[in-house]
Amino acid sequence: MSFRTRWRKFVNVFMLSLTGLCALVTVSILFFILGYLLWYGGKSLNWAFFTHLPTPVGETGGGMANAIVGSGKLLLLASLVGVPVGILGGVYLAEFGGQTFSFVVRYTTDLLNGVPSIVMGIFAYTIIVLPMHHFSALAGGLALGVMMIPIAVRTTEESLRSVPGTLREGALALGTSKWKTVATVVMPAAMRGIVTGVMLTLARVAGETAPLLFTAFSNRFWSSGWNQPIASLPVMIYTYAIAPYDDWHRQAWAAGLVLLALVLVANIGARLLVSRGISFGKA
Amino acid sequence: MKLKSSIATIALGAALIAAGVITLVDSPAAAPAPSPLLINAAGATFPYPIYSKWFTEYNRVHPDIQINYQSIGSGGGIRQLQAGTVDFGASDMPLNDQMLKDFKFQVLHFPTVLGAVVPTYNIQGVSQELNFTAEALADIFLGKVTKWNDPAIAGANQGVNLPDQDIVVVHRSDGSGTTFVWTDYLCKVSKDWETKVGRNTSVNWPVGLGGKGNEGVSGLVKQTPGAIGYVELIYAMQNQLPYGRVKNSAGAFVKADLASTTAAAAGEAKMMPADFRVSITNAQGKAAYPICSFTYLLIPANIQDAPKKTAIKDFLHWMLTTGQNDAEGLSYAKLPKDVVAREMKAIGQIN
Amino acid sequence: MASAPTTVDHVRPPGRTWEFIKRLRRGDEVAHLITLLAAASIIVVTVMLVYQLYTNSTLPRHKFGFSFFLGKTWDPVSGEFGALPFIFGTVVSSALALLVAVPLGVGAAIFLSELAPPRISNVTTFVIELLAAVPSVIYGLLGIFILVPVLRKGVMPFLKTTLGFLPFFQGPIYGVSMLAGGLVLAVMIVPFIISVSREVLMAVPVEQREAALAMGATKWESTWQVVVPFARVGIMASVFLALARALGETMAVTMVIGNDPRISASLFAPGYTIAAVIANEFTEATGDLYLEALIELGLVLFLLTILINGLARLVIIATTQKGAAQG
Repeated sequence: MSFRTRWRKFVNVFMLSLTGLCALVTVSILFFILGYLLWYGGKSLNWAFFTHLPTPVGETGGGMANAIVGSGKLLLLASLVGVPVGILGGVYLAEFGGQTFSFVVRYTTDLLNGVPSIVMGIFAYTIIVLPMHHFSALAGGLALGVMMIPIAVRTTEESLRSVPGTLREGALALGTSKWKTVATVVMPAAMRGIVTGVMLTLARVAGETAPLLFTAFSNRFWSSGWNQPIASLPVMIYTYAIAPYDDWHRQAWAAGLVLLALVLVANIGARLLVSRGISFGKA
Repeated sequence: MKLKSSIATIALGAALIAAGVITLVDSPAAAPAPSPLLINAAGATFPYPIYSKWFTEYNRVHPDIQINYQSIGSGGGIRQLQAGTVDFGASDMPLNDQMLKDFKFQVLHFPTVLGAVVPTYNIQGVSQELNFTAEALADIFLGKVTKWNDPAIAGANQGVNLPDQDIVVVHRSDGSGTTFVWTDYLCKVSKDWETKVGRNTSVNWPVGLGGKGNEGVSGLVKQTPGAIGYVELIYAMQNQLPYGRVKNSAGAFVKADLASTTAAAAGEAKMMPADFRVSITNAQGKAAYPICSFTYLLIPANIQDAPKKTAIKDFLHWMLTTGQNDAEGLSYAKLPKDVVAREMKAIGQIN
Repeated sequence: MASAPTTVDHVRPPGRTWEFIKRLRRGDEVAHLITLLAAASIIVVTVMLVYQLYTNSTLPRHKFGFSFFLGKTWDPVSGEFGALPFIFGTVVSSALALLVAVPLGVGAAIFLSELAPPRISNVTTFVIELLAAVPSVIYGLLGIFILVPVLRKGVMPFLKTTLGFLPFFQGPIYGVSMLAGGLVLAVMIVPFIISVSREVLMAVPVEQREAALAMGATKWESTWQVVVPFARVGIMASVFLALARALGETMAVTMVIGNDPRISASLFAPGYTIAAVIANEFTEATGDLYLEALIELGLVLFLLTILINGLARLVIIATTQKGAAQG
C-alpha cells in the first residue's frame, strides 16, 4: 500500500513535470525563432535593404525596397476585397440574417476558411491571370483578399453578438430604424472586436507565400499600376532562401526579420486592443 | 451628427467595395502612361545570371524600358508564353515540332549564349576534380550506382580516395531546360536511360531529391554532403562547388570552360538550321565538352503592342552586340560570329 | 458579383407594398440588401472556386478517372500522372506532425490549464498564440538553415544507429526528408492544439476536479482520469483542425521535404506533398494535361481538407452523444 502510494505520488510529480516541460518546449520554440531571426536578420539588415532594388544574380548588395512596397500594395488590395465583404457579411449574419440562409453562409465561410492557400492561388490564376494574360498585383490581392474574408466575417459576427441586447432595444425603442441602430450604436460598440479581427487576418495574409507564386509572381523592378507582376516579401524570402548565394541568404534572413516583426507587431497590437480596451471614437 | 456618422459608416463600406470594383475593372486602362515600359519575361534559370545582368544594364542604358525576367525554369517559360502571360519566354530547350504546333502563334528562337551543364558534387575530403564517364553519370542518375567508392566512379579516378558514402542525387523539381540538356545528353550516351527515362524539361526521375531551379539544385548540393547534381557552370563557379570532368565522344576527359564550350559549338554551329533549333550535346571533337547547349529567347513573331515590339527588337540588337561582351565574364561562351549575323537578319521577322 | 443568387423576395403581397416602401425609405431594406449581397458573395466565391477547380481539371479526370488516385507514376514525359505519391506524402507528413504535436500540445495545455498560475498561463498562451502567427515561409527559412543541418548531423545518424532496425529509419541520410517536413509541420500546428485544448480544459467545471481530489486522487489522476476525458471532444476537435491546416500547408514543407514523388517507408527518404508539387510545378507545367493534373491535385487537396473538417464535426457529434450516454 505504501509502495502504491509512493508510486502514485511519483507518477503525479513525473507527469505533471512532463506537462510543464511540454509548455516550456513550445514557448522556447518561439524564442528560438525570434532569437535566430534577430541574430541572423539583425546582422544582415542595413539601410540599403529598405531603399535599394535587388542586384543581378551573384552580385552582392542591393535590397528589397520594391518587395516591401509590393507587400504593402498587395495588402491594400486584399483589404479592399476582404474587409468590406467580411464586415458586411458579418453584419448580415448578426443582424439581418434568416435561419436557413445564415446557416449556409456560415457553413461556406467555414469551408472557405479551410481552403489551402495554394488552392486559393490556383483559383486566382484561373479567374484573373489567364483571362487577363498578366500576372498581376490584382490577382495576388484577390487571392489574399478572399483568404481574409472568413476570419473577418466570424469576428465581426461574434463582436456584434456580444453587444448587449439592451443597447439595441434602447435605440429601437426611440424609433431609430434598424440600420441606423446597427450603424450608430451596435457597430461602434463592437468596433474594437471588429478591428482586432481585421488586423489579425491582415497579419495572417501578410505572410502568405503560396497564393502569390503564380498570381502576383515577382518583379525585379518597381511595379507601376496594379496590372503588373509585383514583388513581395514572402516570395522574396522563398526565392532567396532556396538559392545557393550567401548574399541572398543574408537578405532572406533580413527579410524574414522584417516580415516577422510586422506580423508580430500587428498581432500584439490586436491582442492588446482587446485586453486593454483602447477605444475607437465614441462607443 | 449621429446621422452623419452613420451615413459615413455605410458610405465607407460602399466606397470600399466600389473602390475594389473600380480597381478591378479599370486598372488595365488606367496604367499610368509616363511610367517606364515594363516587359515581362520568364523562363530558363540556366542563363539567369547573365540575363539578370543584361536586363539591369539595358535598363541603365534605356531607363524607360524595364525587362522583368523571372527565372522559373524553361518549362515555365514555354508554358507562360503559351498562356500569353509573358511577353517573351526563355528556354534552353528548343521547342520541338509538336510544341510549335501547339502554340497558337508563331514563335522565333533567338540563341543568346552558350553554356555548359556540369556535374557538381559535395564530398567531404575530396577536393580533386573527379572524372566522370558517360556510363557512370547515367548509372548514378538511374540509381544503379549508389556509393561514391563504386568502381564505376573510382575506375576513372585512380589515386583519389573516394569515401564509402551514399550518393545523394539532386535533380530539378521544376520544368527545366538544364534538365533537358542533361537528359538529352544521357539519352545520347545511354540506351538504358533513353528507354527508361527519356528527355524533356521534366522527367520521371528514378532517384533523388528535387530542387527548384539551378539555384535550388546548387543550394541543395551545397547543403548536403554526398550530393551530386547538375547545374549550369556559373552556378557551380559562383558557389565554389567542385565540378567534374566528363568523358566526351572522342574519349577525352574534358573540363567545362569557355574553350571547351566554344569547341563544342564550333563543329555543330555550321550545321545549324535556319530556325536555330539544334542540340549540341555529345559534340564531336577532342576538345569539346559534351554537355553544352545554346540557350534561347522565345519571341512571338507577331507583337501587337508597338512600343513593346520596338523595345524587344532593340534589346535583341543590343544583346547580339554589346551584350555579348558580358558573356565570358560569367563563363558563358559567346555566340559564333555567323550565328550572330544570321540572328541579326532574323530580327527582321518580328513584326 | 451582382448576379448573386439573392433570396430576398421581391414580390410582396399587395397589402404590404406600402410598408415595404416605408422600410425602404427608412433604409432597412437597403442595408439588408447590401449586407445580404456581401454574404451571398461569399457563397458565390466558394462556388466559383469549386467550379474552376472542377472544370479546369476535366482532361485528367477523363483520361485517368479513378486510377489518378492510385497511380504511382508522375511522368510529364509520357504524360502519365498518378497522385498516390503526393497523397501519401501529404498524409504521412501530417500524421507525423500529429504524432509529435498532439502529446506536446495536450501536455502543454494541461500544464497551462491545471497547474500554472493564471498570470503565467495567460502570458504563456499569448506567446504560444504568437507562434501560430509566424508565417509559413519563415518556418521554411529556419527549416532549411537550422533544422535540416541538425537532423542531418545529429538526430538522423543517432536514430539510424539506435533504431536503424526499423524500416522508418533506414536508407541514406539527406537531411531534407519526410521527417523534416513532419517536424516543421508539428511546430506549426502545436499552437492550435494548445490554445483550443487549453480553453476546453479550463471550461471543465471545478466540481469535477474537486470531487476527484476529495476521493483521494492525486492531482495527475484527477486531471488524466476526470478532466481530460471530460474535455476530450474539444481536444479531438482541436486535433482535427490542426490536421486540416497541416494538410494544406505549402511553403515550409516544400522547402524541407525534398520534393521527390516516391513512396518509401523510411522517414529519412525525401517525399512530396500535394501542396508542394503544385507550388513547384504550376507555373512550369508544359502541356494542358500536366497543368490540369496539377489543378486536379488542388481539387483533391480541397476535398481532403473538407473531409477532415467534416470528420471533426462528426467526431464532435458522436463523442458528445457517447459522452452523454455514459455520463
